[in-house]
Amino acid sequence: MRVLAAMSGGVDSAVAAARAVDAGHEVVGVHLALSREPGAAGATSARARGCCSAADAHDARRAADVLGIPFYVWDLSERFAADVVDDFAAAYAAGGTPNPCVRCNERIKFSALLDRAVALGFDALVTGHYARRTAEVDGPGLHRAADAAKDQSYVLATVRRDRLARARFPLADAATKADVRAEAAARGLAVAAKPDSHDICFVPDGDAGGWLSRRLGSAPGPVVDAAGRVVGRHDGAHRFTVGQRRGLHLDRPAPDGRPRYVLAIRPAERTVVVGGAGDLLVAEIAAGSATWLADPPRPGRRVGLQVRAHGREIPATVAQVSGDRVVALPDEPVPTVAAGQTVAFYDGTRVLGGAIAAPVPAPA
Amino acid sequence: MRAAAMEAYTRVAGVPGNASAGHAPGRAARRVVEDARESIADSLGCGPAEVTLTAGGTEADNLAVAGLHRARRAADPARRRILVSAVEHPAVAAAADALALTDGAVVERIPVDARGAVDLGALQDELRDAASVSLVACMWANNEVGTVQPIGHVLSIAHARGVPVHVDAVQAVPGLPVDLAALGADTVAVSGHKVGGPVRSGVLVVRRDTLLVPLLHGGGQERGLRPGTLDPAATAALAAALAETVTERPVEAPRLAGLRDRLLAGVVDRAPEAVVTVADGDRLPGIAHLTFPGCDGEALQFLLDSRGIAASAASACSAGVLRPSPVLLAMGMAADRARTSVRFSFGHTSTDSDVDAVLAVIAEVAAGARRVARALGGAPGGRAAVPAA
Repeated sequence: MRVLAAMSGGVDSAVAAARAVDAGHEVVGVHLALSREPGAAGATSARARGCCSAADAHDARRAADVLGIPFYVWDLSERFAADVVDDFAAAYAAGGTPNPCVRCNERIKFSALLDRAVALGFDALVTGHYARRTAEVDGPGLHRAADAAKDQSYVLATVRRDRLARARFPLADAATKADVRAEAAARGLAVAAKPDSHDICFVPDGDAGGWLSRRLGSAPGPVVDAAGRVVGRHDGAHRFTVGQRRGLHLDRPAPDGRPRYVLAIRPAERTVVVGGAGDLLVAEIAAGSATWLADPPRPGRRVGLQVRAHGREIPATVAQVSGDRVVALPDEPVPTVAAGQTVAFYDGTRVLGGAIAAPVPAPA
Repeated sequence: MRAAAMEAYTRVAGVPGNASAGHAPGRAARRVVEDARESIADSLGCGPAEVTLTAGGTEADNLAVAGLHRARRAADPARRRILVSAVEHPAVAAAADALALTDGAVVERIPVDARGAVDLGALQDELRDAASVSLVACMWANNEVGTVQPIGHVLSIAHARGVPVHVDAVQAVPGLPVDLAALGADTVAVSGHKVGGPVRSGVLVVRRDTLLVPLLHGGGQERGLRPGTLDPAATAALAAALAETVTERPVEAPRLAGLRDRLLAGVVDRAPEAVVTVADGDRLPGIAHLTFPGCDGEALQFLLDSRGIAASAASACSAGVLRPSPVLLAMGMAADRARTSVRFSFGHTSTDSDVDAVLAVIAEVAAGARRVARALGGAPGGRAAVPAA
């Protein structure tokens, strides 16, 4: 098979590409340039790291050279800016909490990149995701990886099913991340010791709040309690996430002296609503824009819900599916899911699909 | 490396001796270096005392631009402006830009026409206030599209105003007849590996009366312009490669021009969208530059490479991202078209079968790159991440 290996410059994608080579495929490596920063040939060293992630591109190229496979850098920065970065800012401006990694997999890696690969005659796209792609009786299936601690099936839940058919995840069976690092070292790949990335890639300093403030500006407004009493001020509702507890800087302690959480964000009124942990609990989770990687579940189907990366699975029952909207009832009340978060639906280890959490009406 | 250069290198590399030392091994090493220097001077048509050995063309360009600017500015602080053609190699363009940061220089770019030839009228205009100019830098021939500059006119215009000129001749030396005494430039940069000599060897030819401030400081070698222990093996190899290049040029240049013309005609014949970038006028024999409007540049790069064709696509930033070449943009080309550029280079090892190999695959490659451009032509964008409540 002719396969294209997406190589980020990290250890996982390097080992995934190596395993594809071992499997006898004809492998070509590609690194995606996603930053829109211009990369002038005369860039100074001070800028070099931020310039199209030059250091990551170097690491990916070096790994490809060690594996003896051709390597290219493809510029998907325009698509990334429109489909991921702009969307991220717009979602926060609308009071939501988007997941840009899910979005990037759906729109960039398993869309723009995969389409280009297919147009160039490749049969499949290899990535370093910890997830398992299977052949089910009803078509391609997506399952959790063997290593539960590293499982990344959640961030793939909204990939379209016809695209999943062309995805290959050689790290599906990796026992642990430590094993992958050891394998990289044994293969002579210098990225074996490279630290994991945790930040949002386009917010390299990790300060998403600061990034959003620079992008969206200051929009001060009140922090109110469920009764509408002003209990504090904020300088931008986009800096808050439903369910957030820390960093509220309230003027007045809660009457019961217990911690308060963000219950809702009303961007039109620049208002952040806070309340106690009990006020945060909801009995249903509603989501839209559902993408199914299996037959859509029918009402009454028992499912597991995952509402954030590495989050605990929530046992629930599907209550309603109409069009791309779906409502599920958790067995126990759960903290509100911030609008924009991905809700992944599981049946055992299999991912049934993913949807985007809808805004929950704020308490009166 | 050319065989003659390899032979010269290996003959010398095992012989000990520091060419700056006074003992017998030092004298032997010095003999090798100075023989080579005289040979280099013969090949280039300059005097041996004008040959400054550097570690490559980029270093020679940097030494000339910074050295001329600083020497001229030291003599008269009013000389802040550096005039560079808009199509210079980064070794000159970025060296000038760096002086804007470190020395408060003002870098001005002399525009070029659609062929990439420098606008002599604009140069004249910029030199009206010659007292504020430290130097003019203009390449002899362009490395990307092959255009030969009207370098004699550039020199006479600048010299009439008393302004020195640096000429980057890195591309010119293998392809054009070179007589530096007749040219009369103040500094001329030459690269070793472009003539089949060692990589990281080069020469800056500095006219006797020209003052330069050195970039490096040390033991005073090369009249203090380029200190550091001399490399007899690399210098001998550079001299051998240069001598062979210059000797072969009267036969080799027409041969390469023939390969270039056959390739260009064949590509245009087979790929309907292909456009030759510089189709006429004075140009280097060894460069064939085309654009493929409507094709995807990254796909062109991939498809050519996957079929064993080593061509250069567009230009790449430090991360390897294809960007529209500043040279093509300076020529007035739209960025979208500039992203579809492909350059084929010919040298002494190129043959007719190399041209045949390109012509055998170019139709299929262009068609594939066109298909990719169409497949990805849809505008980005899509559903919002937060559905309406």
